[in-house]
Amino acid sequence: MNATAASPLVRLHRVDKRYPNGALALAGLDLAVGSDDFLALLGPSGCGKSTALRVLAGLLPPSAGRLQWAADLPEEVDGAPRLGFVFQEPALMPWARVADNVYLPLRLRGVSRDAAAEAVDDALRRVGLAGHADAWPRELSGGMRMRVSIARALVTRPRLLLLDEPFAALDEITRLRLNEDLLALRAEQGFAVVFVTHSVYESIYLAKRVAVMAARPGRVVAELPIDEPYPRLESFRTSARYNAHCIAVSQALRAAFEASRAGAAASA
Amino acid sequence: MRVRAGVPSGAEPARTNGHGRSAARAALRRLPPLMAVLVLLLGWEALVRLRGIPHYILPAPSLVARTLVERWDSLLPSLWFTLRLTLLALAAAVAGGVLLASAFVLSRRVERALYPLAVVLQVTPIVAIAPLILIYVESTTAALLICAWIVAFFPILANTATGLRSADPQLGELFTLYGATRWQRLRWLLVPSALPYFLSGLRVAGGLSLIGAVVAEFTAGTAGRETGLASRILEASFRTEIPLMFAALALVSLLGVAIFLATSWLSRRLLGGWHASEVGEPDETG
Repeated sequence: MNATAASPLVRLHRVDKRYPNGALALAGLDLAVGSDDFLALLGPSGCGKSTALRVLAGLLPPSAGRLQWAADLPEEVDGAPRLGFVFQEPALMPWARVADNVYLPLRLRGVSRDAAAEAVDDALRRVGLAGHADAWPRELSGGMRMRVSIARALVTRPRLLLLDEPFAALDEITRLRLNEDLLALRAEQGFAVVFVTHSVYESIYLAKRVAVMAARPGRVVAELPIDEPYPRLESFRTSARYNAHCIAVSQALRAAFEASRAGAAASA
Repeated sequence: MRVRAGVPSGAEPARTNGHGRSAARAALRRLPPLMAVLVLLLGWEALVRLRGIPHYILPAPSLVARTLVERWDSLLPSLWFTLRLTLLALAAAVAGGVLLASAFVLSRRVERALYPLAVVLQVTPIVAIAPLILIYVESTTAALLICAWIVAFFPILANTATGLRSADPQLGELFTLYGATRWQRLRWLLVPSALPYFLSGLRVAGGLSLIGAVVAEFTAGTAGRETGLASRILEASFRTEIPLMFAALALVSLLGVAIFLATSWLSRRLLGGWHASEVGEPDETG
């Protein structure tokens, strides 16, 4: 048990999630996220990592077990929810300009446009889109749209940021830049992160811990610490230590894949 | 970098030129259809004059135009009647279609119960139902209104229901995450998502409500105190006043075109800028 798990921000306690069709998406999932954590959920497709993220967000109720937030953290801090969510797609409102998209979470909490203006400008500036407040989403590139999505998630200053394979559809260079920017934003604002990905490299570059999941039923089969200091520079990606992490995580992922196949064979 | 329409662009001469060019291009785009109509009318006129076709068989466009002017005083009330009937039917179709679509989206059970009835109304030819409605409904105007409404409401219902269901599910989750109220979800998510679908339904319904109004009036005959353009066409045909028939027909067509242009304009107004259907042709940078 490491220190973050001792005083978690939020934890999943023996969570099962069964879908209406009877399939068990998660079985006995235990997951603790510390207040300064960066947890990557890595696994083959269908292992329930997105489901785990949605249970954490409160978007899906667990079938068994429970979701437990730190007792001293109210659901809202200054009228803002304690978490932000970034989806696989940017999920912007095409009918609203960039600034209005970022304003949405505050609008839904009843904050007036004037009162929100500063927070919206600030969020856009932090993701490098200060000059694009009046643009339509369709005028932006894929990477810029994802930045808008991140600005929207951070505009409420959440304690926890959940990201569901956010950069999977982007080209390699854009993806690397967004990885670096995400770490910089976290260093500035100090939120905890749970990051779902299927990329070994991304998980190692970003995370403090990598939880490897297997499918059928979805569960964590290995947890690997990435004990490397932040900020992580470009040189980290070419270092021998990075390589060693890659080998370890890849082997764990391979084992998870075999376990998933075994699970499929057992349930077939 | 794209430049958003409406931004004052006087500071950059190159951009002003671009606007001038695009205005010229827009005018150029309108030229072919105008030319086609002009050629058609001139050919028609020439055919009638050269062949000496009598006006009670095929009147020349010039005669139709003259009849239109000479009989304007009797045609205008009919035009007004048909226009009012069409717009009332369209308004009722919008109200009924949107309300029913909302009920469908709120409750699958309501949808399963009522959708087949809506389809039956849609697929039954209005000329076949109109006589019955004229028997049961005492006021002819009300009967005509009901007929036009039946024809026009289905595209609004079907499109709006589809539109309300087409909201991005991830955006829906986002609204849940931030604890949106039902009203907020409706106002900021469902209505904007459904708008493009509703507007394309409205464009179809605009034309259909005119067709419904005219067809129903044909069925009603020239009964009723107030009468519309269809009655003028019927009367003229009884008296073999063919130029008057053409004149009334021209007014029906122009009314249809005007409704189409109005609904298209509304669609451009509301969707311009963000929706792919109304953003326009890609410019040089696109």
